[in-house]
Amino acid sequence: MKKTTRTAMIGAFLAASLAFSAQAGGMNTELVIDTDNGPVKIITHVKNPPKGSPLSELYSGWVFRSKETQALETDDFDNPGMIFVEQARDAWNTPDGTVGKSCADCHGDPSSMKGLRTVLPRWDAKLGKLMTLEDYVNESRVKYMGAKPWKYGGGQLTAMVALISMQSRGMPVNVKTDGPVRKFWELGKKLYYTRVGQLDMACSNCHEDNYGKYIRADHLSQGQINGFPAYRLKNAKLNSVHGRFKGCMKNIRATPYKVGSDEFKALELYVASRGNGLSVEAPSVRN
Amino acid sequence: MKPYQLALIPASFLAMATLASAGTIKPDDVVFAPNGAVSTSLTGTPGDPANGRKVFANRKLGNCLACHKNSDLSEQQFHGEIGPALDGVAERYDEAQLRGILVNSKKTFEGTIMPSFYRLKNGARTMKKFQGKTILTAQQVEDVVAYLKTLK
Ligand code: HEC
Ligand code: HEC
Repeated sequence: MKKTTRTAMIGAFLAASLAFSAQAGGMNTELVIDTDNGPVKIITHVKNPPKGSPLSELYSGWVFRSKETQALETDDFDNPGMIFVEQARDAWNTPDGTVGKSCADCHGDPSSMKGLRTVLPRWDAKLGKLMTLEDYVNESRVKYMGAKPWKYGGGQLTAMVALISMQSRGMPVNVKTDGPVRKFWELGKKLYYTRVGQLDMACSNCHEDNYGKYIRADHLSQGQINGFPAYRLKNAKLNSVHGRFKGCMKNIRATPYKVGSDEFKALELYVASRGNGLSVEAPSVRN
Repeated sequence: MKPYQLALIPASFLAMATLASAGTIKPDDVVFAPNGAVSTSLTGTPGDPANGRKVFANRKLGNCLACHKNSDLSEQQFHGEIGPALDGVAERYDEAQLRGILVNSKKTFEGTIMPSFYRLKNGARTMKKFQGKTILTAQQVEDVVAYLKTLK
């Protein structure tokens, strides 16, 4: 082998192994949240993702936020998203609909929902469809309370989803990708890698190929959804998963799918599965 | 030369004449060299580097700073890191190559994340208000090319 080619090859190898590493970049991955029930440790970094993952390491979006934004999530007392969660707690205890029952009448304390967030979206054999957490809340409202469904992606539903998700904080996301959900997962995967819009980009172009880099003032994350619903400083409210997908699609000048559509549910399942192993972190704080 | 090719000559002369009078090459008519370069000016009007500098920085137009660092625009905050820094880019590419990269980046860099600024066939589901439109006009492309040529 000639010396020049060998040097070139070593160079190429070095470049390949210099993929993003939070540790190398001096980034903080230690997140412990002070909660009413004591400290909760959040897994924001998975060094060895599940087999078949397209990512060599997994990171929560929290890792890529500024120190100041990160700090807002370390204590529930400082987390601006909690105002909405408290509103949802009131709604949980308030009867609604023709049956005159509240969520609490059937489910007791919200803590009874512990673990649910980690496995959604999932296939529901009884209902015969793919169910998101939003779907379950509305299913209960309509079927058991005789109440109107809340608007998908709207404030009330998103806050309730945050309250329920929060019960699983610290637990690793663990959605299923085989069995009856497989076809939705495949559709979600296709959507993830399809270039859309006038700017002609796919989710993967930003969140798989370029995470860890700045796109103008934005530090690109892996676009994980373990932190959702997320309180954004930008719009000062809780944002749903589908709301975020919609925003990203509009930025690349593509017509988004509808919030609550089958396409976005499939994409949600696929993106959730890319984060299997990261902790549920909702309600997270983002910019 | 085969007879039908001969017959085509007058027609293509005509086409050239129309193009020249219309002044602007349509997005679908741009001719690329195998390496992705575009040697003919899109408008025939020389680019204005000062306007090109504005188009480069404008978030609604080129928004090139989203992805490229450019020391010539150090007065602008936040330069992206997705693509290479464009300092000295005029020494790496000639005018035709720069024009080609702007018109359709994918002809030069296969599978690149960089948008194609003068192409109609972009991603699926393009928003209604951007359908049938290019990101930049032909003259804006020429202006940005003229500006890039100053980055030595
Ligand atoms: C042009 C680049 C770009 C594309 C393409 C893109 N996004 Fe994003 N996305 C961003 C930026 C910038 C942010 C905010 C910073 C961050 O978290 O990366 C973001 C944030 C997100 C977040 C929030 C992550 C968190 O922890 O708060 C999710 C989820 C997300 N994107 C999913 C998607 C999906 C799904 C697609 C495809 C439909 C997509 N994105 C396409 C740029 C992009
Ligand atoms: C979304 C990201 C993005 C945007 C926006 C973008 N580029 Fe690029 N550009 C890239 C990437 C990435 C490359 C490197 C090619 C590759 O490997 O894909 C590149 C390459 C280039 C090159 C070749 C540079 C070299 O040294 O090889 C030029 C010139 C260039 N871009 C000019 C521009 C101009 C001018 C604009 C705006 C009108 C622009 N780019 C907008 C991502 C972008």
